[in-house]
Amino acid sequence: MRQRIIAALGITVLAATGLTACGDDGAGGSGGSGDKITIGIKYDQPGLGLKEGSNYTGLDVDVAKYVAKEMGYEEGNIEFKESPSAQRETLLGNDQVKMIFATYSITDARKEKVSFAGPYLVAGQDLLVRADNTDITGPDALNGKKLCSVTGSTSAQKVKDKFAKTVQLQEYDTYSKCVEALGAGAIDAVTTDNTILAGFASQAANQGKFKVVGETFSEERYGVGLKKGDTETCTKVNDALKKMVDSGEWQKAVDKNVGPSGLKLDAATNPPKSFDACA
Amino acid sequence: MDVISEFFSEYDGLGAFKTTIYLTVVSALFALLIGTVVAVMRVSPIRVLQVIGTLYVNIVRNTPLTLVIVFCNLGLFLQLGVSLANKDSNTFITDNNFRLAVLGLSVYHAAFVAEAIRSGVNTVPLGQAEAARAIGLPFLKTLRYVVLPQAFRGAIAPLGNVLIALTKNSTVASVIGVTEASAVMKVMMENRPDVIFVVFGIFAIGFVILTLPVGILFTSMSKRLAVKR
Repeated sequence: MRQRIIAALGITVLAATGLTACGDDGAGGSGGSGDKITIGIKYDQPGLGLKEGSNYTGLDVDVAKYVAKEMGYEEGNIEFKESPSAQRETLLGNDQVKMIFATYSITDARKEKVSFAGPYLVAGQDLLVRADNTDITGPDALNGKKLCSVTGSTSAQKVKDKFAKTVQLQEYDTYSKCVEALGAGAIDAVTTDNTILAGFASQAANQGKFKVVGETFSEERYGVGLKKGDTETCTKVNDALKKMVDSGEWQKAVDKNVGPSGLKLDAATNPPKSFDACA
Repeated sequence: MDVISEFFSEYDGLGAFKTTIYLTVVSALFALLIGTVVAVMRVSPIRVLQVIGTLYVNIVRNTPLTLVIVFCNLGLFLQLGVSLANKDSNTFITDNNFRLAVLGLSVYHAAFVAEAIRSGVNTVPLGQAEAARAIGLPFLKTLRYVVLPQAFRGAIAPLGNVLIALTKNSTVASVIGVTEASAVMKVMMENRPDVIFVVFGIFAIGFVILTLPVGILFTSMSKRLAVKR
């Protein structure tokens, strides 16, 4: 009997702490005196948004920090929160994050749910192959080959529909598994945005093993996700981004994060010269 | 509600659920096979077999399913080179992943099947086995003709639970790229974030349609087929 009571107490305590934890979590950028801001990023994309211990690195993170600083938030007042692809709209809609910098391409379907500032970078779909590969020069050369992407992404399907009808598709839940399989020789190429591929190719463990083909075949305009109708923040973000590009800070951030991989961003579209109107 | 018609036309949602059903049924058959063998090992009078059966159940049952499935692909296939399909076939990746997923799902659920059957064996009164021994049946024949037929009838309800769990757990196969229902759901959510809850609802209803009749069937079967004592 006594043991049971202790167990029951233990469970209650656990439940209570769980609840308080949730309560803390809910505080978004709009709460309190307005001196803290919660920003959604990816935690698992080297070169763009990566969490290592308590450090956040990557281009998305650097742009986010710059924009937040311009908006009056010190670096210590930024709280980063993981925003996986499928949850981005929900996180914004529920005020759990104020802005999202997470390789978030601006599309019409997404504009139904959220507003976008930016774009702050124009990426494109590309291919990652083993460094010694010479026969895969672009998406047309993939017939009969094995191509990898993540479940739920449309990039691999697009290659199959538009460029190479007889390509075999492998899907994993993460890109790192794709890169692992590419290294083991089970697949021939990985496809997604060139920035993401470059990030994996320049990871310490992968250096020299892979190369980005460099033939982009789509345009992905990375925007800053905002709550639907938040034109006030949108204007501020666009002003900050413009300042970042003009001051050269943008180029510095790109060189630092994407430069080591040797990736050449499309110079015609980067850095973005004009931003979408806030609506 | 154009997203509902898109589910049928553009995304082949029915095909995805067909894959889910196929994955479930094939895995269930293999799981029943392996599980029965493991259960027999656990109730056998031979000490070594008992230990092996107990180890199997405890190791597999306490390993997360995602880990088992990912190991089948990254470990068995990528590292050890075990492939379950013809490498030169132009559907190699699809076939291989499906079969690896079946392997992972059946090995995992066999542990639960074994425990369900063992619980069924426990419903058979000791006198039954003793009577079988008394008329001179050896262990395997005792099992085959006396204990297991009664045990299966007693184990129908827990076996139904395992089947329902298996149906839902088959979604884990999407981590190695089997295009079953949850994989298609992820694609639809990526393309139509404006109606994310409708998409979610469609797939939730789909799974209820799959599992609810199974539950009802197994409950009524367990009542009808129970050994009257």
